[in-house]
Amino acid sequence: MNPEILETNLDDYKKLVESLKSDGFEMMVDLTVVDWFRKKEPRFEIIVQLLSTIHNARKTIKVFVNDEDLTIPSITDIYPSANFYEREAYDMFGIIFADHPDLTRILMPDDWQGYPLRKNYSSGRIPVQFKNAPKVD
Amino acid sequence: MKSKDTKKTGFDKFKNILDFWATNSEEGGWNISSTDEGSQKMLEEESDKQVKIQTGSDVVDDFIIDEDTSDDERMIVNMGPQHPSTHGVLRLQAELEGEVVRRVKPIIGYLHTGMEKTGEELNYFQGPTNTTRMDYLSPLFNELVFSLTTEKLIGIEVPERAKTIRILMTELNRISSHLVALATGGMDIGALSMMIFGFRERELILNFFEKTTGLRMNHNYIRPGGVAADLPDGWQKDLTEILKVIPEKLQDYDDMLLDNPIWKGRLQNVGILTTEECFAYGVTGPSLRASGYEWDLRKSQPYSGIENYDFEVPVLNEGDVFARWRVKVLEIFESLKIVEQAIEKMPKGPYKVQDKKITPPPRKRLDESMEALIHHFKIYTEGFKVPEGDAYVAIESPRGELGCYIVSDGSSKPYRMHVRGPSFCNLQALPVIMTDSPIADAVAAIASLDPVIGDVDR
Repeated sequence: MNPEILETNLDDYKKLVESLKSDGFEMMVDLTVVDWFRKKEPRFEIIVQLLSTIHNARKTIKVFVNDEDLTIPSITDIYPSANFYEREAYDMFGIIFADHPDLTRILMPDDWQGYPLRKNYSSGRIPVQFKNAPKVD
Repeated sequence: MKSKDTKKTGFDKFKNILDFWATNSEEGGWNISSTDEGSQKMLEEESDKQVKIQTGSDVVDDFIIDEDTSDDERMIVNMGPQHPSTHGVLRLQAELEGEVVRRVKPIIGYLHTGMEKTGEELNYFQGPTNTTRMDYLSPLFNELVFSLTTEKLIGIEVPERAKTIRILMTELNRISSHLVALATGGMDIGALSMMIFGFRERELILNFFEKTTGLRMNHNYIRPGGVAADLPDGWQKDLTEILKVIPEKLQDYDDMLLDNPIWKGRLQNVGILTTEECFAYGVTGPSLRASGYEWDLRKSQPYSGIENYDFEVPVLNEGDVFARWRVKVLEIFESLKIVEQAIEKMPKGPYKVQDKKITPPPRKRLDESMEALIHHFKIYTEGFKVPEGDAYVAIESPRGELGCYIVSDGSSKPYRMHVRGPSFCNLQALPVIMTDSPIADAVAAIASLDPVIGDVDR
């Protein structure tokens, strides 16, 4: 087992991030989601990459989110850099980050339907949507 | 919402800049150390709490007009997405009070093409064609990080010659990318000669790339298992020419800009980013090094044998736009050093892994060997299989930490491919830089962060 990878659950997630921040992991460099559709249960795996420039070390936090509630606490109050990444995760996977200051779509248009990076969202099936364009039957 | 106190300080800062102009413009040269005072002052003003508010997330919704200001004093202005100084299709929604930017929100996604989704449908052999199009100014770094992650998952080590070619090409790419940053940065501020100079010198490097990889951009040259082709005949001669010309031209830039009072007046004490703010917003690369913190992944977490090269990491303490410009110039010198050493130590041997399951056999072998034909067919139709697992690898791109996270399910295509673009993260610091500064400085601030929208939107 790699000591850099920490697997945790939803209840301890925020506490773990806080304790790592106080241990000197001053930068959150990446937050991403993996959709284990019909392969694993719970379905979504959230992966947070932390970097410590003092110890020259990295930590990877992995936490699973259920398909039903989809909610995970936001860490923007600990790491402000999580802002864009959590918005991207919401935009692409529909994960809801509780207490995020501005959880809106970031890359896709505001009125887009669905979450593109989910495994049950096949590319090319849905025609390109444009804002205010007349609908073609 | 901002309190009235912060509003006052914003105006004071603007007034200070005007005073600074008035008092210093006649002398010509400034003392660089005098900027330390400015950064100290910024630290006092920017409390922790304020840093958090300045995410710039909610510009429109909670916009309440103060009782003592009328409608025409505060307005919301859209800059971009088709503004030339936004380096692509970045849109900034700024709330202005007179000429001072009060809040700003970067709005991105105009260049979103779903490359992470595409990456799940291409196999590992085709992967670099996709990732190379993300950060179009430093395509070789994107290929390198994808290849390194794939190699980490398979557990192979590429030959020494492949490693040296990778370092040589990526460092040349860093020079060309920084030259564009200097050129477009100069153009935004009004130094139009700088634009022509920067693109002129970049052409030398792009010509070498064209000769080696066949293309000027989007090379698909660095692939899992090595590089696509060996260096062309006479490559030492071309590179010696580049090594001779570029330092001379850099000296020209310095003669033109380093003691130029207009250039310094526009850039010094503008858009200050402290080390704490860099950590908070995940800012890496030249912007972090310009705010006085020595952090370079080439030194601390080396890749492809870059620990065997002798080079320095330039660090400046001011944290303003001028320091970010200067760090890029100094980094070009360091990259030239690495290129020079790579030419000297270029080892002989294969330029890709000799494992026929991973890299295709040379064209000549196809006519002679049935086995080679089978391997060739298998690689080009099915690709190679990668063992189950996940890996995150980060390298130092010209804009900061470029990471790639790949999850493999044992097939020949990545189950999930995510690229951590440095521009995406650095852009979050833009509201911090631009808040309470004149709108004319906004352009300089964007140029100094050097965002590439292809990397932001992916």
